[in-house]
Amino acid sequence: MAEKFLEVKNISKSFAGVHALDDVSFEVRKGEIHCLVGENGSGKSTMIKIIAGVYEPDEGEIIISGKSYKRLHPIDTIREGIQIIYQDFSLFPNFTVAENIALNKQLSENRKFFHKKEAQQVARAALESINIKMDLDSLVGTMSVADKQLIAISRALLQDAKLIIMDEPTTALTGREVKSLFKVINDLKARGISTMFVSHKLNEVLEIADRTMVFRNGKKIIDADAKEFDQSKMVYYMTGRKIESDSYDFGDQNKSGTPLLSLNNLSSTGRFKDVSFDLYKQEVIGVTGLLGSGRTELALALFGINPADKGSIQIEGKAVKINNPQDALKHGIGYVPEDRLTEGLFLEHSIGNNIVVSIVNKLLSKIGLIDKNTKQKEIDTWVKDLSIKTDSADNPAKSLSGGNQQRVVLAKWLASNPRMLILNGPTVGVDIGSKSELHEIIKRLAGEGLGVLVMSDDIPELLHICNRILLMRGGKIVDEFQASQITENELAEKLAEG
Amino acid sequence: MSDYNNHLDNNDNGNGKNSFQERFNATRFLKIQDWNLMRLFLITVGIFIVMSLLMPTKFPRVLNFQSMGFQMSEIGILGIAMALAMITGGIDLSLNSVANLTGILCSVILTRLAGPNVAEPQVGLAVFLAIVIGLVIGIVCGLLNGFLIAYVGIPAMLATLGSMTLFTGFAFVITKGTGFFGIEAFQKIGNGYVAGIPIPLIIFAAVAVIMIVVMNNSSFGLKLYLLGSNPKASIFSGIDNRKVLLRTYALSGMLAALAGIVILGRTNSANPDYGASYVLQALLIAVLGGVNVNGGFGKILGLVLAVFSLQFLSTGLNMLLFRSPGANFFKMFSWGALIILFMIINVVSERRKQRASIKKPKPA
Repeated sequence: MAEKFLEVKNISKSFAGVHALDDVSFEVRKGEIHCLVGENGSGKSTMIKIIAGVYEPDEGEIIISGKSYKRLHPIDTIREGIQIIYQDFSLFPNFTVAENIALNKQLSENRKFFHKKEAQQVARAALESINIKMDLDSLVGTMSVADKQLIAISRALLQDAKLIIMDEPTTALTGREVKSLFKVINDLKARGISTMFVSHKLNEVLEIADRTMVFRNGKKIIDADAKEFDQSKMVYYMTGRKIESDSYDFGDQNKSGTPLLSLNNLSSTGRFKDVSFDLYKQEVIGVTGLLGSGRTELALALFGINPADKGSIQIEGKAVKINNPQDALKHGIGYVPEDRLTEGLFLEHSIGNNIVVSIVNKLLSKIGLIDKNTKQKEIDTWVKDLSIKTDSADNPAKSLSGGNQQRVVLAKWLASNPRMLILNGPTVGVDIGSKSELHEIIKRLAGEGLGVLVMSDDIPELLHICNRILLMRGGKIVDEFQASQITENELAEKLAEG
Repeated sequence: MSDYNNHLDNNDNGNGKNSFQERFNATRFLKIQDWNLMRLFLITVGIFIVMSLLMPTKFPRVLNFQSMGFQMSEIGILGIAMALAMITGGIDLSLNSVANLTGILCSVILTRLAGPNVAEPQVGLAVFLAIVIGLVIGIVCGLLNGFLIAYVGIPAMLATLGSMTLFTGFAFVITKGTGFFGIEAFQKIGNGYVAGIPIPLIIFAAVAVIMIVVMNNSSFGLKLYLLGSNPKASIFSGIDNRKVLLRTYALSGMLAALAGIVILGRTNSANPDYGASYVLQALLIAVLGGVNVNGGFGKILGLVLAVFSLQFLSTGLNMLLFRSPGANFFKMFSWGALIILFMIINVVSERRKQRASIKKPKPA
């Protein structure tokens, strides 16, 4: 067994009386890939910040290469060879690749002038050490997330990193980019450099980890060899309960009669082409495809943001035109957008106002002003119906967790009494516990008679909540599956094809 | 002696207690709204008390209140107009030019229809027509702004900078560079009293009350606040952003026209370049009143408090320093100082609040 590099002993930290970390101990060995998983608020970030020297622990000690610290300062962490790559990478977008990689090194050597040639050499060498080639003169701001990550890693290596801590490194990466990141991490391992991989993407953790530990509510729940975990075990440790995943039972008897929504060769130049399908009451149809396949574009067209230019839309048998969101609202179509923070919510405004925004015109009293009682009743109904966790609906929406924020967006549309909902990435960035609760809500709503369209590339999610899945590629629907007749792996392969 | 008696009488009538109770209710009401209003309220009351203590025989006098009422109404109305534009996340730089253009066109109507030898009823009709047409001009100017901003998509600052120049230029074309005059009957609007209260102050109060109701209780007001804080989310919530913006700028144009009518009434003259600093003053009042420069937030009540506090401050300082040369210019200096002070307080308290919220992580 390799020697210990970092040892964390009995660390506790509270904020305002709340235990963010409660007596946590663990070790990271040389050349080990150590994964840390846990839901939002489980204490992962607090742990990283204590190792980084940003927070001072209330109790406990940290031993690095045999040297004990009661508290670390950021400079100690760097000097001991621990580098942390945060989600935003802390790069300078207006500087070149070479400058970004070499800048810290030259600064720490206290140079007064920046040596361009030397920077180029240093940067090239650093990138070569992880077998990566890229244009050293490109501006970092123009590069992909994956490239930025590699730049951040090579910058870390230049500072003699012995342990690299990566905070949610794969959030914005495509499947292929994740593969190449894992290759780099494995190369580092071969050179004796440890990695601490902080994530909530379980399949990735299962693939890369040597050792895995799970945090929940500030406590370390388990810390074991990676071989001992499987997906459902990990979910159990993270949430403290078994998550059921029955798939959605639609029942074909509902398919008689007029479809709720019927698309006929719907096209939008440059976005999608000849999309036709029927959505029935109580049906949940998944629309999947890679980025750029047209699934988001289709959703936006149905909600009137970017109207389609050819083909027809029928709602309950009647041809309709949806030229703007007001039309969509009028026809009973609600849309839960992809990015709830910028498109779905008024973060600074109250939860209540967020819920009633689409129906304010229905809350007016006889004299044309908003009736406070009607408004409050509406808000209370939905806070209760969707179990939105808050002490008061007057709190701003930003005070809620991701899962509860998504419930507020759902509540906004349910309040408008829609016929159908379009959900675009309904559980992106929501932790596992809330995710399964949202899934149950979606299934219940469909059961009550809504038609639901789910745009998603989360395969387990699609199989779990949809009865039918449409696959889009290059703006066209290329395949269709019954959720009950396809496995996760088969669907994953279909998705990756082409 | 009579002063002394009055003082006693007041106490006997329990007026002191009443006003205390009113103030207590007011602070409770304000507290519910937000801390910014509370601070402003305290500042306003504080300035009032200090000035009254420093000049007990001059400051807290009816005559003084009347004269302050005349002075602050125009800028108060313009401030509300500015606040509306700012709550959408925009700005309206054309307010002053709309006010002046309105004044000029009103004076044209008045002098044409109600010359020296015209009978009383026709004068009344002319005044009525001038006011109605004046407000319509304001709405048309505002619609142009709203169209440029909402439908063409020009940033509000540039659109209203352009329209400001356009309106001012138009005003110069009409007057050929000189000033126009009003008529005597119209001066009542700017200089008259009803029950001892200056008419401009009554107009300002009416505008403020109506706008408080509109912003707090109408669907337009709620949409305006939501749109201002996140225009993207409001599109995705089915709000017709363009319609709301168009209406907002039309409303702010109409209020600017109203200010122009008051100015014509008070000064009996209309110039293309009257009160050139009013736009920036209106902006300052809105900011002091707690309107968020990024849009989405701001209470009309805060704006009213801001107008009062600045008026108390500048009148008070004028009285204190009236013997020293340049006292008139002290007004601007004092406004600037108060606004900077207030913003420092705001930023510091905001930072404290943020720090407190960082230290308090969400329970898992």
